Amino acid sequence: MKAQELKIYADTARDFSAEEPETAARVSPLPERRWTHIHAPDARTTAVSAPRWQGRRRELRIFLSNPNALFGIAVLAAIVFAALLAPILYPGDPLEMVARPFLWPGQNPAYPLGTDSMGRDVLAGILHGAQISLTVGIAATLLGLGAGVTVGALAGYFGGVVDDLLVKLIEIFQTMPSFVLLVVLVAIAQPTTTTVTVAIALVSWPTVARLTRAEFRGIKEKDYVLAARSLGFGHARIIFREILPNALPPLIVTSSVMVASAILMESALSFMGLGDPNRVSWGSMIGAGRDVIRTAWYLTALPGLAIVFTVLSLNLIGDGLNDALNPRFSEERR
Amino acid sequence: MSAYMRIGRTLRRTAVQALPTMLGIVVLNFFLLKLAPGDAADVMAAEAGSATVETMAALRERFGLDNPIFVQLANYLNNLAHFSLGFSPRYGMPVADLIGQRLPGTLTLMVAALAAAIAIGLILGSLMATFAGRLPDRLISIVSLLFYSIPGFWIGLMLILLFSVKLGWLPSGGDSTIGSRLTGLPALLDRARYMVLPAISLALFYLAIYARLTRAAMLEVKSQDFVRTARAKGVSPLMLTTRHVLRNALIPITTMAGMHFGGMLGGAVVVETVYSWPGLGRLAFEAVMARDFSVLLGILLLSSLLVIIANAAVDLLQAWLDPRIGANR
Repeated sequence: MKAQELKIYADTARDFSAEEPETAARVSPLPERRWTHIHAPDARTTAVSAPRWQGRRRELRIFLSNPNALFGIAVLAAIVFAALLAPILYPGDPLEMVARPFLWPGQNPAYPLGTDSMGRDVLAGILHGAQISLTVGIAATLLGLGAGVTVGALAGYFGGVVDDLLVKLIEIFQTMPSFVLLVVLVAIAQPTTTTVTVAIALVSWPTVARLTRAEFRGIKEKDYVLAARSLGFGHARIIFREILPNALPPLIVTSSVMVASAILMESALSFMGLGDPNRVSWGSMIGAGRDVIRTAWYLTALPGLAIVFTVLSLNLIGDGLNDALNPRFSEERR
Repeated sequence: MSAYMRIGRTLRRTAVQALPTMLGIVVLNFFLLKLAPGDAADVMAAEAGSATVETMAALRERFGLDNPIFVQLANYLNNLAHFSLGFSPRYGMPVADLIGQRLPGTLTLMVAALAAAIAIGLILGSLMATFAGRLPDRLISIVSLLFYSIPGFWIGLMLILLFSVKLGWLPSGGDSTIGSRLTGLPALLDRARYMVLPAISLALFYLAIYARLTRAAMLEVKSQDFVRTARAKGVSPLMLTTRHVLRNALIPITTMAGMHFGGMLGGAVVVETVYSWPGLGRLAFEAVMARDFSVLLGILLLSSLLVIIANAAVDLLQAWLDPRIGANR
């Protein structure tokens, strides 16, 4: 309560941003539509006029002083490490039968997490699955970011007819329920790791495009962009060197949440049997364990926990980034 | 400006925006259908078991598949204008009928999940905002972040494990007891029992979003001058929270709820697979397994239409709730 009262008189954005940790990351799909008319304008304007970007060291310090974010980084680092270790610890095919089926975790020290109904090592599957989940998550996010930033930058920078058309395109993709579209795309293109990645990117770029467009529309009116224009810089240089670096903070926050949701989508797809049949993935392990849930529930529970920890760590990092970079106090992003 | 005028204006604006979007989706759908391996003639030939090249050509001619692609597109649009989504060889019935059969199941599930998510999310979010920065806030925010990170299908399986396999309290799948002759209230209760687990699995993710959103919106509203004025006038804290703060915080939440409709439809696809709930999602899954693309695309088209309708409904609701929306556009 105290902090909220102070908020109005605070003259730096950082002081009270620390009081409101998790907020905008979840809300990011359509940032320009939220709270358009329910905040006190004066308080916000003073908040914005405070010096915003004096180098990134300040943001890094805020990020690193956040215990949740550090925990997230530690968990994610462990998962990445495990994924990198998978080919060394378990060089064979994780889909190969190695022992008696239905060994419970701890029953045989050689297979610490037990074996599944086909005698495959669960730990080997989880480690190899980490590779798939992280690769698909990161690759799909990069692709989606690339496409989204391009479309959003063009729409926001040029405006006019280009903007109208691209916004319509974004709207078409955002209207179709993304998971249904994802299922249709993967079913038509035949599931492989590549098609799954591209399909996830195809359903996730509109969010980025919207965000980038809103950022660009705000930033292109700034004096330094006008200055760059009057110096005769070309469109490409203004877009990439002047505007894009300043539009990055909210995109960085979004990207960590995007990796998390890409991992969730990949696991749901492979759970439904729409994953790459030749690669082991957490979702497909859950899908296989589902049939024997009454007798061997650990086969469903363990890969699921792996997903939960990975996604949780990414979300914690996203929250930490959001607090540090806090894109939500900007007045001109409409 | 009266409420009716505002609503009328919003309705007109929505219609103008929605029509081109819908057309775009239809065209995209058509090209996806063309990309799918095998056309209707292939499917029918496969169903028949044998077909000569001549029969295939005859079939293609009969279905107009030998026409130029733009003629085919025009035919497709014409069919859609007559609410015909094509024919499913696997089920032996028109796609539109098939979807019509399954739609109520999905809608019931979604409405139940959305209502639960909003109600519980609002309560948790208000609690978090009231105790901002203190222990309850921290605990609930950790729990909500956890809910946000759990895949719906996995929590569904875990709930089945706990409540059906271990405890035996709730059924593990289906939408009602098979062969029961219950009517009236007992039948309703029976169905409700089957709906509890799927609705919870679907709701958890959104519950987390609404809790966090409510917290943020309430903190935002709380810092405004009219709340200070109300407090200075001596409005009781409970009144202040419910009448002044929560009411204003509801607007961003209704916006988000409308936008989540599509996402929830997608979530329902997976959750219905887990619980063998007879809805659109389960139908989509079966269509994927049978590579029945006309059904899949029909579902995509119809669910997009549902999203447009849901968004329009939210716009209307907001135009009614808030005089400032709709008046200035």
